[in-house]
Amino acid sequence: MSAEDTPKDYSESPINLEYFYTAGSATTRFLNQVKEGNIVGQACPKCKAVYVPPRGSCPRCGVATDIEVPLTDKGCIESFTVVHIPIPGNPIVPPYVCAMIRLDGANISFLHLIQEVDIEQIRIGMRIQAVWKPKEEWTHSLENIKWFAPIDEPDIDVATLRFQEL
Amino acid sequence: MKKVAIIGYAQHPILKNAGALNEVELIMPVVHQLFDDLGIGQKDIDFTCSGSCDYLQGAAFAFVEGLSAIQTNPPIKESHVEMDAAWAMYESMLKIQMGDAQTALIYGFGKSSPGDLNAIISLQMDPYYISPLWPDRVSLAALQARVLLDQNIITKEQMLTTVVEARANSKNNRNALITDLINESDYFSHAMISSPLNNLDCPPISDGSSAMIIASEEKAYEFTDQPIWIEGIDHRIESSNLGARDLSTSATLQASINQLDLENIKFDIAELHTQFSHEVPFLKSLLNLQDVPTNLSGGPLIGNVMMCAGLDAIGKTYESLKDNQLKHGLAHATSGPCLQHNMLVHLETQK
Amino acid sequence: MSDSKDLLRAPFELAYNYKRSNGPIMSKFFEALGEQKILGTKSSTGKVFSPAAEFDPETHESLKEIVEVGPGGAVESFSWIETPQHHHLIKEPFAFALIKLDGADTCMLHMVANCNEADLSIGSRVTANWSEVQEQRITDIKFFTLEK
Repeated sequence: MSAEDTPKDYSESPINLEYFYTAGSATTRFLNQVKEGNIVGQACPKCKAVYVPPRGSCPRCGVATDIEVPLTDKGCIESFTVVHIPIPGNPIVPPYVCAMIRLDGANISFLHLIQEVDIEQIRIGMRIQAVWKPKEEWTHSLENIKWFAPIDEPDIDVATLRFQEL
Repeated sequence: MKKVAIIGYAQHPILKNAGALNEVELIMPVVHQLFDDLGIGQKDIDFTCSGSCDYLQGAAFAFVEGLSAIQTNPPIKESHVEMDAAWAMYESMLKIQMGDAQTALIYGFGKSSPGDLNAIISLQMDPYYISPLWPDRVSLAALQARVLLDQNIITKEQMLTTVVEARANSKNNRNALITDLINESDYFSHAMISSPLNNLDCPPISDGSSAMIIASEEKAYEFTDQPIWIEGIDHRIESSNLGARDLSTSATLQASINQLDLENIKFDIAELHTQFSHEVPFLKSLLNLQDVPTNLSGGPLIGNVMMCAGLDAIGKTYESLKDNQLKHGLAHATSGPCLQHNMLVHLETQK
Repeated sequence: MSDSKDLLRAPFELAYNYKRSNGPIMSKFFEALGEQKILGTKSSTGKVFSPAAEFDPETHESLKEIVEVGPGGAVESFSWIETPQHHHLIKEPFAFALIKLDGADTCMLHMVANCNEADLSIGSRVTANWSEVQEQRITDIKFFTLEK
């Protein structure tokens, strides 16, 4: 019996589902600003925590984050990983760096790429800034930022970033 | 059994397309309304349990995001069911029975508008023998409708009456999605979706959320002077082998009726999680509710938020007993277009 | 987008290429489909389940005895779809049906095609039609058609 003739002990059961997703209020507000090259977080009216990207609520307090907080595109690396294996469908050539980016003034971090630096030099607390695509390519996506690159500022002690109870 | 009461229920207005609100933005208002009505907060809740379906959102672990709608600092005890929130209520009931909690917050949420509900419900079926054929929910329900019609267990006229009454009862429901009245000729002029079911026999695609708070006897009176007691609750699951079931009856409901001793109770009101018109006369007959006002809220035919509509049947029964000083109410929750799961809840005002 | 306050919307497709282990009973059932045979399992009381079930849902008895059933059978219920939806496998009007195959005591859910709604009723005799390519899936039965 050749390999092709061996009875399969499994069934293929592919699933394809189509959706037409709506972003909801908070994400729409955020991405409309990203389209213009602005990063605007949203703050909790109770604990004042600033969320970027915002999801519309403060999970600490369970209330809507209805205060808009303009932020800069500068921050620091809260953590990072060096990706050595290619991921199917991902055009970036390994090795490359994915980092949790904590923007100045924000209380949470988000995932993005770090480029324009030796991988060996990347460290937690390193100061970085967004490198934007040309303005004519901006859409409603954080992909308007190509990646983050180091800037010449002193490192931050990430322990100081821990959320302080008011 | 320890006595457990429903002490509050809130429902978001049912929407055709809640695109302006993400899931969290849908949940927050109902939870806040409940807390405000009772004058309490998350700190007064010992256990939180939600019901939702990740496939509706199209993202794995989407239910976790729902938690952002409630206060989770300091950390809370919580759980989730990938089912209608009626089953989250059941889990919460068990938690109180075990002595692990005195109060529980239950919420359900569902947006059917972004995806293809018919395809999604196919995935609820047996993944080897049924799902690969992609049967839609209406066609599955229609298989049972035809059996019931063929055996004269129900009639087409009863299905018509169900649809007409659901529309008429929508006036009792401030959150109803569908409020247009229809008449007999409207009904019979509608084209079949999956014969013998036409569009009016089926529930509308709906978005929304609901929340409920239940409490032990000790806590219930602390928060309200009008608790409604969960006198009996039972849920059972039919065989997943659809072709081996007798669709003309429900073995699980029969077992629950016996378990809860329902035959000796005179119900004042019932709310049934009947998504399709044929299920109303079928369940009324099985549950001996022929003379009991049923689905005065309009039921799922005038708004059917997936993963909430079962909890809503319990919530509407609670509201009806409370607002009209009635004694006994029966709520039914289900899962699946062929009544695959059934839960019965006997609610009672203070003895 | 004309108005920046408009809600953002985007289509997306969710796709999973799952493979499911069939186990000993269903493996036999799916292998037999490749030979254009339909199998069932028989309980100690003589009740035959097809498609082959691993256990009797009423008695919980583990089912091991394999028997051949069909390929003809009778329609026990059906739902007629005049306008197929995009996820349906048949693009012409067709029925989903519960079919009790000859020799079986339970029904198989499948599709009935190449007929009109008026031709179908409970009790109609149907027979299996086979797919051109056998993949060891339930879709190896392409659909059922009315017996000539």
